[in-house]
Amino acid sequence: MAKKTRNLTWADVTPETHFLNRRQILAGAGAVSLGAIAGRGRATEGLEPNSFEDITSYNNFYEFGTGKEDPARYAHEMTTAPWSVTIDGMVDKPGSYDLAALTDGMTIEERIYRFRCVEAWSMVIPWNGFELRGLLDRVGVQPGAKYVAFETLYRPDEMRGTRSRIIDWPYREGLRLDEAMHPLTILATGLYGKPMPNQNGAPIRLVVPWKYGFKSIKSIVRISLVAEQPETSWNMIAPNEYGFYSNVNPAVDHPRWSQATERRVGGGLFAARQDTLMFNGYEDEVAGLYEGMDLKRFY
Amino acid sequence: MDLAAEVTRRARRVPVWVIYVLGLAPMGWLFWLGLTGGLGPEPIKALEHRYGLIALQLLVAGLAITPLCRIARVNLMRFRRAVGLLAFAYVTAHLLVWLLLDLRSLSLIWQDLVKRPYVTIGMAGFACLVPLALTSNDRSVRALGPRWRRLHRLTYVAVPLGAVHFVMLVKGWQWEPLAYLAAILGLLALRLRLVRSAFQQA
Ligand code: HEM
Repeated sequence: MAKKTRNLTWADVTPETHFLNRRQILAGAGAVSLGAIAGRGRATEGLEPNSFEDITSYNNFYEFGTGKEDPARYAHEMTTAPWSVTIDGMVDKPGSYDLAALTDGMTIEERIYRFRCVEAWSMVIPWNGFELRGLLDRVGVQPGAKYVAFETLYRPDEMRGTRSRIIDWPYREGLRLDEAMHPLTILATGLYGKPMPNQNGAPIRLVVPWKYGFKSIKSIVRISLVAEQPETSWNMIAPNEYGFYSNVNPAVDHPRWSQATERRVGGGLFAARQDTLMFNGYEDEVAGLYEGMDLKRFY
Repeated sequence: MDLAAEVTRRARRVPVWVIYVLGLAPMGWLFWLGLTGGLGPEPIKALEHRYGLIALQLLVAGLAITPLCRIARVNLMRFRRAVGLLAFAYVTAHLLVWLLLDLRSLSLIWQDLVKRPYVTIGMAGFACLVPLALTSNDRSVRALGPRWRRLHRLTYVAVPLGAVHFVMLVKGWQWEPLAYLAAILGLLALRLRLVRSAFQQA
């Protein structure tokens, strides 16, 4: 996965020079300390990450309850080791992969991304993870595969929120194959150089920074390569409100609220809203994926 | 021992101003928490939600006072006005957080009002409460006479509107707002029964 072949502008992610400086190559589950990475040269990116405290205390993870504090309160009840991910469908090497096997040989990088929730709040998060395409290449995507489907762990005795039937568990998400193969799309195993906190989707989660947060599915136990567009949880609940694509788009409102602005979490009682950016600020990188598509129709 | 009579007797000893003070205290306390980080990293939404929820709870409480008296013989009628006015104060605070802290832009406010049904419905609820709050004083009660009671039936419209607003704004069908709506509809049904039996007796 040579960085040099990449045609991205990293201005809003991490400038390549910094990136190479601070990048560390880690084997294993990302449980290794990344302390040396965190806290360096962030200002140069113009994106000041939210505090670890903000990121780990204000979450949507309905498996643990619908309140923003519920995940921080109850997610510790989830066992994350041992952990394995089933990879199946149209792949050359299907199977149940132990987390260590999954991350073995992958380059764990820091990616400082904007994170925009469909509820019109946002954060900036320094993730640690690797590109999903690296994994997909490794398991061998077969020609007929057009989409990638993901599932979250569903273990009711450790996930008290699943007693509510608000979602038809397990939580499901999906991407078009080209979205999944995009270099901005990562599987994250940590943040701030620490192993992924349970409330943020331990031990491994998806991060797709140009889409609303609910697309970035947490605590993944299954990845399937499929030919048809998969069912996705919020789309199943309210198809008129949550589309399959769910790209961040200030011009397409949620039926019940405007998506034109957002409030950065962590600004206190007098924080003003800020304008929401097309594709959450990753327009240069990802607009090409949707060329010729009517984004009002495919919201 | 007659529990209802006991509660009634003890409640009679509580001056109404105590209810106002106790009722308003959380408003200031929550604002203070928001200022000082006690409401988490997103204090504006938290404050908006907390005020909205307290408003709804007070509206339900206000609605429960009459049937509590008629059916359970627990007489808290002396506090009904205070509870209603407190509810109005919280709805107003809720609205002010939305206007002054959350949106802060006339165009955003206008768009939300016309385009978001849950905001429109909340606003309709608030609009119903305004004349009620304005006439919640002895002078108005006297001046309006029987019309006062008729005017105050607007409560039966305002309170369910508040609950419907809540049901509409959450993602998916969540039990909490539905439970409030159910409680309110239950209380209103009781009210209808009381009115009807009053007619039959007359
Ligand atoms: C009868 C009057 C009203 C009642 C009882 C009421 C009650 C509530 C409740 C219970 C909540 C949710 C709290 C939670 O999630 O814990 C809420 C949220 C909200 N209300 Fe109201 N409300 C009323 C009027 C209004 C008005 C007049 C407005 C503005 C025009 C308004 C705007 C909002 C907004 C913006 C939210 C938050 C939505 C979000 O999560 O983004 N409400 N209200």
